[in-house]
Amino acid sequence: MVSVPELSLVVLVGVSGSGKSTFAAKHFKRTQIISSDFCRGLVSDDENDQSSTPAAFDLLHHIVGVRLSRGLFTVVDATNVQYQARKSLIELARQHDVLADAVVLDVPEEVAIARNESRPDRDFGAGVVIRQRKDLRRSLGKINRDGFRKVHVLRGLDEIENAQVTYEKAWSDLRHLHGPFDIIGDVHGCRAELESLLAELGWQGTHHPEGRTAVFVGDLVDRGPDTPGVLRIVMDMVEAGTAICVAGNHEQKLVRAMNGRKVRVAHGLQESLDQLAASDPEFVERARTFMDGLLSHYVLDDGKLVVAHAGLKEAYHMRASGRVRAFALYGDTTGETDEYGLPVRYPWAEEYRGRAMVVYGHTPTVKPEWVNNTICLDTGVVFGGELTAMRYPSRELVSVPAEQVWYASVKPLGGGHTRDPGQLDINDVQGTRYVETRFGPRVKVFDTNAAAALEVMSRFAVDPRWLVYLPPTMAPPETSKLDGYLEHPAQAFEEFAAAGVTEVVCEEKHMGSRAVAVLARTPEAAAARFGVTDGSAGEIFTRTGRRFFDDTAPLVERLRAAVAPLWDELGADWVVLDCELLPWSAKAGELIKSQYASVGAAARTALPMATSVLETAAGRGLDVSGLLDRTRRREDNAARFREAYARYCWPVDGLEGVRLAPFQILACGDGQSGRNTALEPHAWHLSALGRLDSELITPTRHVFVSLDSDDSRATATAWWESLTAAGGEGMVVKPAVYTPGRVQPGVKVRGREYLRIIYGPDYTETLEVLRRRFLGKKRSLALREHALGLEALSRLADGEAMWRVHEPVFAVLAMETEPVDPRL
Amino acid sequence: MLLTISTTAEPATDLGFLLHKHPDRVQEFRQSTGTATVFYPEANERRCTVALLLEVDPVALVRSTGKSSPDFSLSQYVNDRPYAASSLMAVALADVFRTARAGRCKARPELPGTPLPLEVALVCRGGADLARGVFEPLGWAVEARAVPLDEGFPEWGDSRYVRLTLRGTLRLADALNQLYVLLPVLDDAKHYWVAPDEVDKLLRAGEGWLREHPLRGVIARRYLGRRWTLARSALARLAELGDETEEQLEPAVSEEAAPDETAADEAVAAETEEALAETPETHETPEAHETTETPESHAGEPERVKQRPLNVLRREAVLATLEELGATSVIDLGCGQGELVGALLARPRFTRVAGADVSPLALTIAARKLRLERMSDSKRARLTLFQGALTYTDKRFAGYDAAVLMEVVEHVDPPRLAALERVVFGAAKPQHVLVTTPNVEYNVRYEFLDGLRHRDHRFEWTRAEFAAWCASVCERFGYTVGIRPVGEEDPELGPSTQMGVFTRG
Repeated sequence: MVSVPELSLVVLVGVSGSGKSTFAAKHFKRTQIISSDFCRGLVSDDENDQSSTPAAFDLLHHIVGVRLSRGLFTVVDATNVQYQARKSLIELARQHDVLADAVVLDVPEEVAIARNESRPDRDFGAGVVIRQRKDLRRSLGKINRDGFRKVHVLRGLDEIENAQVTYEKAWSDLRHLHGPFDIIGDVHGCRAELESLLAELGWQGTHHPEGRTAVFVGDLVDRGPDTPGVLRIVMDMVEAGTAICVAGNHEQKLVRAMNGRKVRVAHGLQESLDQLAASDPEFVERARTFMDGLLSHYVLDDGKLVVAHAGLKEAYHMRASGRVRAFALYGDTTGETDEYGLPVRYPWAEEYRGRAMVVYGHTPTVKPEWVNNTICLDTGVVFGGELTAMRYPSRELVSVPAEQVWYASVKPLGGGHTRDPGQLDINDVQGTRYVETRFGPRVKVFDTNAAAALEVMSRFAVDPRWLVYLPPTMAPPETSKLDGYLEHPAQAFEEFAAAGVTEVVCEEKHMGSRAVAVLARTPEAAAARFGVTDGSAGEIFTRTGRRFFDDTAPLVERLRAAVAPLWDELGADWVVLDCELLPWSAKAGELIKSQYASVGAAARTALPMATSVLETAAGRGLDVSGLLDRTRRREDNAARFREAYARYCWPVDGLEGVRLAPFQILACGDGQSGRNTALEPHAWHLSALGRLDSELITPTRHVFVSLDSDDSRATATAWWESLTAAGGEGMVVKPAVYTPGRVQPGVKVRGREYLRIIYGPDYTETLEVLRRRFLGKKRSLALREHALGLEALSRLADGEAMWRVHEPVFAVLAMETEPVDPRL
Repeated sequence: MLLTISTTAEPATDLGFLLHKHPDRVQEFRQSTGTATVFYPEANERRCTVALLLEVDPVALVRSTGKSSPDFSLSQYVNDRPYAASSLMAVALADVFRTARAGRCKARPELPGTPLPLEVALVCRGGADLARGVFEPLGWAVEARAVPLDEGFPEWGDSRYVRLTLRGTLRLADALNQLYVLLPVLDDAKHYWVAPDEVDKLLRAGEGWLREHPLRGVIARRYLGRRWTLARSALARLAELGDETEEQLEPAVSEEAAPDETAADEAVAAETEEALAETPETHETPEAHETTETPESHAGEPERVKQRPLNVLRREAVLATLEELGATSVIDLGCGQGELVGALLARPRFTRVAGADVSPLALTIAARKLRLERMSDSKRARLTLFQGALTYTDKRFAGYDAAVLMEVVEHVDPPRLAALERVVFGAAKPQHVLVTTPNVEYNVRYEFLDGLRHRDHRFEWTRAEFAAWCASVCERFGYTVGIRPVGEEDPELGPSTQMGVFTRG
């Protein structure tokens, strides 16, 4: 029986012709086996070209290294009869914190020689096998000291033939346990507080009526008044099968002292030793055995939860090595010490990007704080702080205060290090990335798009702590064939009806600038949810994440006052709103002047000149009538074009004249817990927002349409016509309730006159050409960006780390750099 | 768009012979961009006017040019191409009046050589000053009337268009050739890709008048047009989405040179200027060599003509400080077009040199200017260039003796400075950090400066503000700082640039 760890490097050892490849093929997957012959072939086109051996082993090590870093079980098929060859593989396994096992195939010399002779591609003589066998004999005496976890020696053909391979789970692998758990921070001998906390959590003796499991993060011992008492409670629970416990650095040291090793007695070790000296020797032995057997970390709940005393970076989850254990016990230290003589800890949590929640203790803090899906539960009960537990999966924190200061701390709790859970890393956004969303397939972001977005994000966007959402692009409906129209409501209704939608809402399109407002009830609420500590309570930004004005604070203040009724109505102290900021000229002033008004000025100067010259020519009898007609029509078009942009311009003086039209409540919440309200029906949004009564707020006019009623459709179409006759932008048609799948979240139906701003003053002259427009890319982008936007809101609502919210938001901006027809 | 040419030379109807177009006929000519119609609104003995009316369909223009269109405004349907005189008109003019432009007239061989009193009328971009600058030296009297942007919004002021009337006595062929070159110059945009043979076309059409023209440098550069890169269009797209103009997202690299000047552009421009300079009596013109329009080029008293530019002084100060600190590996954070990186590479003592910038366009230009592709292996091995943002922690920033932030912090929004500080001083934490930034107190010394020194500057600090920021960084991240002056120093206002030299520990 050959039993190997599920994640390990298995090194086959045997002379050529010992049957390694046959053995490997019989027991392992083809992709798990990396053979030296195969690598030799790859680098030389000849599996037997011995001169290519060094290059072949470079490649072999590279492939094995990549596999191990990705957590893949791997088998090396090479002779490995020499110590050097095995040693380099063991080092490779250690580099990736993976255990290595050796499987030795020991066959009689003549069998190997005969097998080689029967293979036409093996042209080396018996001497090679004899030499290899000599190496193997020499190795077998001391292979156990190479550093393998286990060496499995299979002697003779029968043993090899009958061998079976089985897999051992990693000791730390408790993925099959799903809790619910009560994870308890550093106790340090505070028995009374532990008893109070367990009672508070609902425990009755060693059992919880809801069948919960307790998880101790280690450091049960030292410093406090009753280390034996704490150990007794925990050991009883573990033996009853209702608790698990990882080792802390204090257990590690205590057990070494109890085992008679020389340790420096400090940091409260003396207290434990004294208390244990006064205990029953049988209990002391039980405690010693218990602590000696503690593992450094556990992976629980399908890999979604990791518990380790000092935390664990993602690369070490489920791995086993000395440094994994050291990290789990002591954390990542920089080698420096601070002014209190304590080791400076490397802020691994700030860099943590794993999907598993990591819960740990070790570093006392005043208040547990989430940092990138990790949390430290050590609230320094022994120093007079609190004993804290977290209920999993609900993330609820439960604490009891210390009954007294049991031990004087050399350093103030949680002091010294300023950390910012909002710090983003370049690897959160750069390069080609795939963003998982729960509202559609994963979204691929190309590196070139990410590069362009990085520039805009970094140079122009508002503080990423506010930038929790960017609106998706919106496509028009299929192009209308109706005479004189490019877009018409009929296609929008048809499209949604075909997708099985029964009711849609038509919302007036305001023709301002899209604005996202993130607002908090108070600066304190802003600090608690968004981590913004400069005393601001909100931000308002454009669809590319830029600030609207140099100073948005006055607008934010007015908007917060205007939405005040929402706080109680939503039971929230923060809210994210999707709005339109009016007038268009407030933000687009430069664009209007340089683009639209300029074209208007040129047209309204040049066309009358042309008309007049043509009229003169006609006066002397030249036949220019066709040209004159066309030019007069163009003059008229130019005037209509001018009217279309001018109706969206009005002078604003500071904030006077600025209006906001909120049309959706994207998310709201109370502290860390929130709701992705973008999934609520539009009727809910429009009614909640419709009740806001303020000079700043412009209501969004709308009609609901039953798609199975022709009357209802006709009413909405007439409404659209009235909106657009005088140059109004038009309307957005959306399914009345959130509709998953490949259904557009909304389409915009723009007015005939308004489209002159988009397609040029004379577009009505070339409708046939313009009807050949390609909507596919725009519609696909709209779906993907919509999924990304909803994902960002859900991550925000779930209280996820900032980089997790930033990822889909950044992806939306990156998608927007894709070249698509900007007129759609 | 309309162009009229009138003459009062009697008999004025000779204009018809010269142009090879009969005054009583209306003739249409298909152009790739639309239809050109030639007709005469007046044709009598005393005065004869020919009108060239080019009907441009912007939609067809967009659909025909496709994605590789060199002029971004052309890919917008809303543009002034149908109305303002431009290269479209120049091309139509050259085509329709090809024979006249060559100075040939079989019917009246003596006519092409005779100067005639001419009057040209059109609507174009470029402004009255440029129109006068390019036409007056050629003997035209220029009347330019500004066109208001929108009468409904008088506060918007004038548009970029002028109604231009040119009057002068010239040979018609010269007038046509001048219009052919100068219409695109006024417009400053080409509707087709500028190919290398454009230089030849320019020299041919400019024969006899361009070489002596005082603005020939400007004419050459504007005629040859701009090239656009993909990176720029991505920014332009985002600008449009945000209801902004492209310039509002312009890369911050323009402080050193025009961002759209690629190596290829420079080569073409240099070739042209060389060709134009072949006459021995050319004299130096400032416009021909203008490369930067930052206030820094206007620095100092007017009489000190050959003052070295501030950016050079700054670079030298940084290099000297790095050498003094004994740094051998240096990362330039916000390297722009790679001027400092190039200077570092030129000094063998810097064994490892890195440049990082957030703008892919800046990095592309830097790679070109540093001739990355032709660099020797040994030099190339010392250099790393990559895109990075100073508000995102980045492992690639770490591991250098010194980091340089030369004129970078003032491009960061104040609320984002904390992130920059953490990324540079907290995470990368090199032994030394050099930070240079303008001293805003000195700005009053710049005569032409109104506001900050660059439109992308988010702030400029006084000496006291800079010192306070340095002190706060030192306290939080364990550095000490020395502040040094760079460039011209005023006894009261201080130096024009201030440099903080930070050292860890």
